[in-house]
Parts: sequence; structure tokens; C-alpha cells
Amino acid sequence: MSKIHVTTTVNGDEVEFLADPRETLLDCLRDKLGMTGSKEGCGTGDCGACSVTLDGTLVCSCLVLGVEADGKQVGTIEGVAEGGVLHPLQKKFIEHAALQCGFCTPGILVAAKALLEQNPNPTETEVRYWLAGNLCRCTGYDKIVRAVMDAAADLRGEAA
Amino acid sequence: MPDTVQPIRFGSNSGQPVSRRDGIAKVTGAATFSADNSPANLLHAVYLPATIARGRVTHFDTAAAQAHPGVTHVITPANRPDVQGDPEAKPTLFSFRVEILQDDSVRYAGQPIALVLGETLEAATEGARLLAPQYAAEPVATDLDDGAPFDIEPGGFGRPQGMVHGDIDAGHAAARQAIDVTYETPAQYHNAMETHAIVAEWDGDRLTLDVPSQALNMSCAAYAYFFGIPAENVTVRSPYLGGGFGSKAIPIGPNILAILAARMTGRPVKLMLTRQQMFGPTGHRPATRQRLRMGIDATGALTALDHESLSASSRFDDFFEPASNASQGLYAAGALRSVHKGVRLDIGTPGPMRAPGEASGAAALECAMDEMAHAAGMDPLEFRLRNYAETEPGTGKPFSSKALRDCYLQGAERFGWDGRPLDPGQMRDEAGLLVGWGMGTALFPCPMFAAEARATLRPDGTALVETSAADMGQGAWTSLAQIAADSLGLPLDKVAFNAGHSSLPDGGVAGGSGHTATAGTALHEAGCDVIRQLGEIAATDPASPLHGAGNARFVARDGHLFIEGDDSRSEPFTDILARAGGAALTGSGKGVRPPEVGQEFAMSSHGAVFAEVRIDPELCQMRVTRLVGAFAAGRIINPKLAESQLMGGMIWGTSFALHEKVTHDRTTGRIVNADLAGYHVPVNADVLGLEVITVHEDDLHVNVLGVKGVGEIGIVGTVGAIGNAIWHATGKRIRRFPIRIEDLLTA
Repeated sequence: MSKIHVTTTVNGDEVEFLADPRETLLDCLRDKLGMTGSKEGCGTGDCGACSVTLDGTLVCSCLVLGVEADGKQVGTIEGVAEGGVLHPLQKKFIEHAALQCGFCTPGILVAAKALLEQNPNPTETEVRYWLAGNLCRCTGYDKIVRAVMDAAADLRGEAA
Repeated sequence: MPDTVQPIRFGSNSGQPVSRRDGIAKVTGAATFSADNSPANLLHAVYLPATIARGRVTHFDTAAAQAHPGVTHVITPANRPDVQGDPEAKPTLFSFRVEILQDDSVRYAGQPIALVLGETLEAATEGARLLAPQYAAEPVATDLDDGAPFDIEPGGFGRPQGMVHGDIDAGHAAARQAIDVTYETPAQYHNAMETHAIVAEWDGDRLTLDVPSQALNMSCAAYAYFFGIPAENVTVRSPYLGGGFGSKAIPIGPNILAILAARMTGRPVKLMLTRQQMFGPTGHRPATRQRLRMGIDATGALTALDHESLSASSRFDDFFEPASNASQGLYAAGALRSVHKGVRLDIGTPGPMRAPGEASGAAALECAMDEMAHAAGMDPLEFRLRNYAETEPGTGKPFSSKALRDCYLQGAERFGWDGRPLDPGQMRDEAGLLVGWGMGTALFPCPMFAAEARATLRPDGTALVETSAADMGQGAWTSLAQIAADSLGLPLDKVAFNAGHSSLPDGGVAGGSGHTATAGTALHEAGCDVIRQLGEIAATDPASPLHGAGNARFVARDGHLFIEGDDSRSEPFTDILARAGGAALTGSGKGVRPPEVGQEFAMSSHGAVFAEVRIDPELCQMRVTRLVGAFAAGRIINPKLAESQLMGGMIWGTSFALHEKVTHDRTTGRIVNADLAGYHVPVNADVLGLEVITVHEDDLHVNVLGVKGVGEIGIVGTVGAIGNAIWHATGKRIRRFPIRIEDLLTA
């Protein structure tokens, strides 16, 4: 099957790759660009382990074709820390032990970051429901919510 | 020079809520799981799962698959290269029989029946689809009712042993009140977020595998068996596991097929199961049906506790859920019986899944205890205290430690159990929802497997400790490093920890909640071995302030060696090593439990879980609104990570009580909900009011560390607590898990 040339921006950097038209954005990120932080947990959009942003919108990259990223801005877990400095969400996840095996963690962090960018002051219920599409089997659900609430307060410049 | 160092006591690292050492790698996406590896010249492997549950494959369209662009090889039973091991054999302790295309038979739906290799995942996937298998299908049996029950012949792993203490018939006869109830639990699949995956690469007769493993060295031996090479020729790299829960301790058939493909092609091969395939050759928790007969005397004391469990296994191998084990060690009863029965079905072989036996068994036992308490007109907690076992039921053996009474009391106090109405249907919240409170007891045994470790004290005063221990999320790398740091008398930041690689000393099995105890003991012994050697050097060195302290015991603290009980005499490790020539010191240790300790004491972790549910009286929608668990599990090495383990277990309890279940199509034998859309697990929005209390417990016998283990017990009491809370809210006793809205609507 002939391949399609894709030019896109990932975490602010312009990249190009040749994609099989059947290839998911997740597989393009992982296999073409070597960005393996996004994980495949289900391939059907049920678990959220592959969460990335596409032009600022949270998506499951397993449900997006790689060719759809052409001309768009992609945000992945690799871009959450900037210049080697952890994002407050990342710090709070470690501090609150909001991760265990860590397989779901990249997707949850990307999803949580997307939440706080559009709603800097979410209620606990809003966090629980926003992250309802990110499964954690280990399961760190309570601590994940606490970490997100604490990071949100941190980002607002408040003491938690 | 007088030593002014302030000694730091043993336990200065252990017991601290240290953040996990792999945290940064995991929050940045830098942690590499096995499928993240893509060596050059990689081939992708996709296996085709059977869509019948019993019969034979009669035809493949091999030509169509082979002709698809990018497909390199199509492997079926007709052309599969030989392996050296017998797929029907069990090369290691926890092995199961595997399906590796040894013939054209199908013994359960989802079994691998062909393997396609391709230059891309897409090509291999399409090639597998094009195989379009045809079958000669036979009638299938997939439900407990479809098989003929038989008594399980006990035989170690997978074939549980029942027990009888006292005269069970006399116990039943002596009862003033009795219940006879039957509970059902469903088949559940582990579904770690990371699906099984492997990258296999051969170099001559040496094999390197990137594969998640809960037991690295044991799996090397198993893989070596199939390929006729020495175990030391196999290297397993498993730095991170995306969850295991029992499913990643044992090599599965698809992994062996990937290794075979790599040998056949001379290229590295990657095989990653899809989520749907995680309902196939992966093991699972089998369905059970459990009958509980209990009787009490006029005081509420149990005269008989009689627990019979029926569990499914496959037709060709043995793993029966040891559900009635839950009743073997928990309550004092005049007579006690635990019976295991089995049926054989056209399903994949089950296996150990988080709290095997206890999770299913306690779900039934704890609900039955609630029913018995209600019949007696007693508070459920009072009833359990009335039947508290001060020694192991039946044997009278002392417990190595048992702080269950404290768990009951602390949990009840935190929850606010006092004042709970005895009768159901008495409480409503301000929104008019039915409110119910229930409780359950948790127990889990404290096994130790064998492990080895090595510790090296370097001349600069830092140390390297090594064991092949697996961190599947529980935090082994952090808590084990804390243990090692204490044993070496060093601050944690001076101890490097190397694990997750089979070339290291055998870290044993991350299972049975015994990994911290086992690998931790090995690390502790290795550290002590180094300190003993250091003491010998110092004691015989005239230039050391410790010179001549030949028979004294040395204590290591904060990089210094002290004479025990005499803090005035000490010397830094670095000085001792420098004068001795500046070489590093290496020590080794083993973690095993002496058999006599196991014979002398009964050993279990315990806990008590209290649940609140709120239920819409019309729609019967159920929410668990509070969940308080109090657990006594010996010494807690890392309270922050242990709490995560216990919380995770409790959420699994919620999942067991309300969510998880596979359903088979009884005509085809296929699982109809084999994905995460149809197989329900809790999400963030399902978890409210979760609290964990770790109850202090000193245990001088369980092992040198006093560690019992926290990985599985959280699930155990929780299932029953939720079932009981639902009864307390509604007056409806649902005896089949998971409890669904329709059960309450139709009850």
C-alpha cells in the first residue's frame, strides 16, 4: 500500500514521516518517531493510555489515523515537562504516589493537563469524571484525583 | 579523632514514605515497557485466535495470507518448525500447558491457531485476517452447570487441598440456628493495562527477551526448556511491567511462538497481544459456585463452618480456584470443613489472579457471615469478634502475629460503625437514596518464595545492591532499596539498586504478596554479609578504633560501623575500606523461610473493610460512597506505596462486587465481552471516600524483616463488605457477583 507523506508538529517541533494510510497516530508516534511514551492499552478508545492532544483537543491516538495529524499540532507526554523541568502535575503524581506500574500514567497526565488548561479550578467531581476515560488497573484512582487537585492549586498559585 | 556522627537507627529508611524511585521515568514517558523496544530489522508477529471453543481447524487460506504485501511468513500447525520442549509438559513450578500450534485442535476460544509475520504490524494483521480459517466445531461447555463436578485430587499449585477439623456433622447437629446459602462468582480476566508483549532476538544459541515478567529467572528456565538451550543462555529484560496481577509470572504460548519465529527467521520478532487477545491464552480467575453451611449455638459461637467450592478449570490442565481456603484459617468454629470440587470446561486454563482463592472465597464467606449474624440478631462486627480465632482454627497453632482485633476496632471507629441499625432498609440520605453499611474480614497468607541478592560496598562509601526483582507497580524497586539501605547502614541516596534483569541474582517471584518479604530478606542478608566482612577487617586492623572488638557485634549506621551498645567507638566505612587497600566488598544473601517456622506458626495478614453504599430506590443504581480498610500486615516498609497497594486492592474489591465478569456465548463458547468496552472495570468516577489504615503489627517470626505483604489482601474483605452494604441498604440479598442493577430490580 502506497505511503502518504505527513508533516505535523509534535510538542512544538515540526516532523515528517511516511505513513501507511491504515496506520494509527499512536503507531506513527511510537514506531516512526520513536516516541513510546504514549501506550496502547486497548486499541478501541476505551482505556485512554494513548491520550494525546490534537490541536489542543484530547483524543485517543489509537482512534486517529497518522495521516490525520497532517498540518496539526500534536501534544504528547514527551512534551509535558519543558526544558527538563517537570510539570506540576508530574511532580504531584510522584509526591502523591498517583502511579504504580506507570503504564496508564502518560495518558492520564496528558488528559489531566488538557483539563487544567481549559478548567484551571475543577471540582473533585469534575476531575473524577474528566479522567473517567483513563483506566488504571493497579489502581490509583483516589491518589490520581488528589494529585490533580493539588497540581491545579499549585498552578493557580495557591497552597493546596 | 572522636566520632561526632549522630547515629541513625535501623529502620531509618524502612518505614519512611519515600516517593517511588522510578517516578520520574514513569511520569515523563521515558520508562520503557517491553513493546517500546524496536530493534533494527524487526519483524512483527500477529497470532490468529480461534473463534470456536472446541474442535479442529480444517482449512486456512494460507496462499491469500502469504500473498499479502508485507507478509513474510505464515506459520500453521502444518509447517511450524519443531521445538525441543513438549508443549504439554510443565517445565517449572508454575507452568501451564501451552498452545504453540502443536496440532490442529482447538480447546478454547481465543487459542492461537496460526502465526503471521510481516514487515509491518498492519501487514501481519491483515495477513492473519486473510487466513479465514474453517473449522469442524464440536458442542461446547462453558458454564459451571455444563460440567460434571468431581472431587479435586490435591496436588500442589492449581489443585487445592481441602481440610476437616472436628466432627462437621456433629457441628451441624449442635447448631441452634443454621444457614445454607450458595454464592456465585464469575470468571474474571487480569487485564493489566500493558497487554502481554515480547521482543525476541537470537544470537546463535543465545536468546534475549524484552518481556514483562513477575519471575524473571524462573521464566528463563521455562523458555530455555522449549528451545533446548541452557537457562543461562536466556536473558530476560523486564525493567518495567505494566501490571501483572498473576498473569505475567508464567510464560504464555504466544511468547514461545514469537521466540520460535525469531529463531526461524533469524530476525528480531515483536508480538504484542491486542486487548481482545487478553481474554485468551493468558490465564484468568475461574468462576466458582460456593455453598456455605453454618450453624451457631445460643451464644452466637459457630458450631460448624462448612464451605464447599466448585471451580472451573480447562479440559486439559489444572488450575482450580482455591476458594474455600478462605474459611480454613479465619474463624474459630466447633467444626470446620473446606471442600474443593471442580468441573472441566472448554475454556483456557485459569491461573492465579490477584488474591487467588481468598478473593472469591471471602466474597462468599463474608456475605454468609453477615447472613448468619442477621439470623442471630447480632451486629456483624460483634458476631465476628464472638468467633475470633485466637489460634489457628483446627490446628491450634499460634499465629506469628495477628492484630485483626485492632483492625476491626480502628476500622470501625474511623468508619463510624457504631449506631448502625441491625435491620436493613433503615437509612436514607438527604437526597432520598437508600444507605447501607456492611463489613468484611480480610486475610491473606504470607508465603515466601526463594530469592537471592548481592550487595557491594564501594570504597567511596556508596553501595550497589542487585537482585532480579520485578517492579510491576507495587514499588519493589523503592521498598527493597529501603531495606537494603538499612541493612548496609547507609542513607537511601547512597544505595544504587539494580533489578529487572535475569543476569542478576534470582529475585524470585513477584507474587503471593511475598516479594518484599522474600527479595527483601535476601537483600537484608546480603547487606549484613557485607557489614560482617567489614567488621572482620576493622576488628583485625590495629589502626581502626574498632580494633580488637573481635566478638562484639557490629552495627552499621549512616555509613559508619559501631560496636553494638557502644556509640563511642565507630569508624566510617570509607576509612576501613581505604586502609584495607581500597577494594569494594561484596556480600550475598538468600531469602527463604526455614520450614520449621512454617510448621510452628500460622502466618497471615489480616484486615477489616467497612463499606457504605447509596442506592437509588427506583433505579437501583449503586454507588460505593465510602470504603475504609484497616490492615495489619506486619512491618510496613514504605507507608506511601503500601497504602497504594491496599487501595488498589480495595478498588479491585469494588470491581469484583459490582463490575467484572466475562460472559460466554453458550453456543460458540466465545467470550462476548472480550474488550474494555464490554468487560467493566471501575474508573476514577466510581471511587469515592477511600481510606486505608495500616495497623501496627510486630511479627518476630514471619521473617527477619517482620514483613508480611500488602499486594492482594485489599480485595479480600472488600467484596463481602460491599455485598453486605447493598443488603443493608435494600434488604435484598444478592448471592451472585457482580451485583447488577437488574439483580436488585428483579429481586
